[in-house]
Amino acid sequence: MKIYVPMDSAAKALGADEVAAKLTQEIAARGLEAEIVRNGTRGMIWLEPLVEIEKDGERLAYGPISEDDVTALLDGQIDTLGKVEDIPFFARQTRLTFERCGVIDPLSLADYEAHGGLEGLKRAIGMSQDAIIDEVKTSGLRGRGGAGFPTGIKWDTVRLAHAPQKYIVCNADEGDSGTFADRMIMEGDPFTLIEGMTIAGLGCGATKGYVYTRSEYPDAVAVMQQAIEIARAAGVLGPNVLGCGRAFDMEVRVGAGAYVCGEETSLLNSLEGKRGVVRAKPPLPALEGFLGRPTVVNNVISLATVPVIFAKGAEHYANFGLGRSKGTMPIQIAGNVKFGGLFETAFGMPLGTLVNEVAGGTASGRPVKAVQVGGPLGAYLHTDQFDTPFGYEEFDGQKALIGHAGIVVFDDTADMLSMARFAMEFCAVESCGKCTPCRIGAVRGVETLDRIKEGDASAIPLLEDLCEVMTDGSLCALGGFTPYPVLSALRHFPEEFAPNTAQKEAAE
Amino acid sequence: MTPASSPQDDGAIAEIISAHAHLEGPLLPMLHALQEEFGVIPEAAHAPLCKALTITRAELKGVISFYHDFREKPAGKHVLKICRAEACQSMGGTALAERLLAKLGLDWHGTTPDGKVTVEPVYCLGLCACAPAAMLDEKLIARADDARVEKALSAKNIGVSA
Ligand SMILES: Cc1cc2nc3c(=O)[nH]c(=O)nc-3n(C[C@H](O)[C@H](O)[C@H](O)COP(=O)(O)O)c2cc1C
Ligand code: SF4
Ligand code: FES
Ligand code: FES
Repeated sequence: MKIYVPMDSAAKALGADEVAAKLTQEIAARGLEAEIVRNGTRGMIWLEPLVEIEKDGERLAYGPISEDDVTALLDGQIDTLGKVEDIPFFARQTRLTFERCGVIDPLSLADYEAHGGLEGLKRAIGMSQDAIIDEVKTSGLRGRGGAGFPTGIKWDTVRLAHAPQKYIVCNADEGDSGTFADRMIMEGDPFTLIEGMTIAGLGCGATKGYVYTRSEYPDAVAVMQQAIEIARAAGVLGPNVLGCGRAFDMEVRVGAGAYVCGEETSLLNSLEGKRGVVRAKPPLPALEGFLGRPTVVNNVISLATVPVIFAKGAEHYANFGLGRSKGTMPIQIAGNVKFGGLFETAFGMPLGTLVNEVAGGTASGRPVKAVQVGGPLGAYLHTDQFDTPFGYEEFDGQKALIGHAGIVVFDDTADMLSMARFAMEFCAVESCGKCTPCRIGAVRGVETLDRIKEGDASAIPLLEDLCEVMTDGSLCALGGFTPYPVLSALRHFPEEFAPNTAQKEAAE
Repeated sequence: MTPASSPQDDGAIAEIISAHAHLEGPLLPMLHALQEEFGVIPEAAHAPLCKALTITRAELKGVISFYHDFREKPAGKHVLKICRAEACQSMGGTALAERLLAKLGLDWHGTTPDGKVTVEPVYCLGLCACAPAAMLDEKLIARADDARVEKALSAKNIGVSA
């Protein structure tokens, strides 16, 4: 008998370690033949800690399980949820990038290979650099970090650059509120990321990789480090990748609590040991990146999707999706929802379906008011926009963005003026300080919103002007996109910015 | 107040610096290791860091001050981080933070007079599907409420007044 208890940090934050400890104790006390496997999460966070028991060839789920449920669980007195694959939230997904996450032991390379791991890398080893890049281009993969830039084109630029040393840098600085896909894959299937980075290295002629992640993710750091050591010991990483005669190795680096370091050039400065100030482009990091050398900077999910593209073929991947948004997206459903978690699906599902059906509406049971998509720089969408299909261009058409695909749901108690103020405050706290519209503008934005709150209607046009200056005059998307949440809140919920309501509330 | 450095400290500093000297871009790993060892970036490490990396004191100060994580003054014995970001706000995180700060008699970044705990804001812990979230030292708390956070605090002998 195998008992799976996730070691994902969301599961741990809900008591998974205590459950595992109690299970170990009970197994010993009862003299049971049982092995506890600490897997990643299956992504249904409302069911965590989700325990799975595998026996007689069947793997059944139970959850949420608390420490106090363990005795009853082993006595067979807890009803099963059935197989994870049959739970509606899971059954509705298309899992490509996250196929193995939660299924396998994240630190067992044998388990990884038994579930299709390393097939992509083995195929890539037999291909020329040209063919590797073409495969990525054909897949239609676009950067999952937010900007949606075609990954194959970025790789080609690095491949064509002449330099004695090139780098693959994985952007694992996942700082957007409402997102946790990078963390989940690093904790639940780290070899996928290692494999994807190695394929990138082979394709571009880079021999060294870095995973730059956040200090807020200590578990992900620990799992990645262990996985890298295991991969190195097995010859997946090192001077002779799987015996192919080419080298690739990598390291984990940890940031120090700066949101802006998720911006790729700020990240490179930070990796070099400098202040995380954004660099002007050009030069592109692809030509002059880490230490001035050609560097691919890609998001975790972009890189972790590469193995399945090579294992199943670019065409297979490109067959999913909508228009120019090809493949699948791991959508992270968060905030005030009944069913929160990771939902990987082909691009194209309408936002309303995601919120009302998949997420089951709000946790509070109150009506949905607004949904922020794409992190702190993403717009607030109104329920009137729920027909919008989940895709890059489709969201752009709504003056919104999908970003790293986090969706945060708010019920009708949300105060949209406060949310707009928070967006400005966040920008002020996290600004790298290089441009005035961002550094000073965000502070003015907070003050202007405070005036609006006090009933000063003349401050509304000021806020709009300020947003225009930030949009036009900022070097990066921190200053440049903060107007998205601010203006969307203003446009879709004007009554909350109107002086009469503001005054009325103040008078109450 | 920075305590004068002892010869042992100088030894530990030199060891940390040389252990990371071979890395490409070694400064952040060095600063993390120093803070892990001393709880702060000790003043006594400035000169050897500048020398090892051939950077100026101004550059070093610039880096240390840029990042929210690095401390020049020690924090309390424990650090409670409460998430202030949007997903946590949608689940009542703002009110939770205000109540906890009031009970501890602190503002953000403040430390209790007994030096037991410092409270800091954090912007997302990746627990947005089980918000609101907090972290006491390295222990994560999801679906945080007063009771869960106070239980974690009292396990560290940190008293909370009602
Ligand atoms: C303020 C700011 C924060 C960002 N944070 C992240 C991040 O945490 N992770 C990420 O992959 N990209 C982030 N980006 C986008 C990166 O600059 C870059 O576009 C991305 O890493 C490229 O990888 P991709 O093509 O695979 O998406 C951020 C951008 C800005 C302006
Ligand atoms: S917009 Fe803000 S964060 Fe971006 S470069 Fe300018 S000052 Fe830095
Ligand atoms: S960092 Fe350039 S203005 Fe301060
Ligand atoms: S927003 Fe609080 S944990 Fe992500």
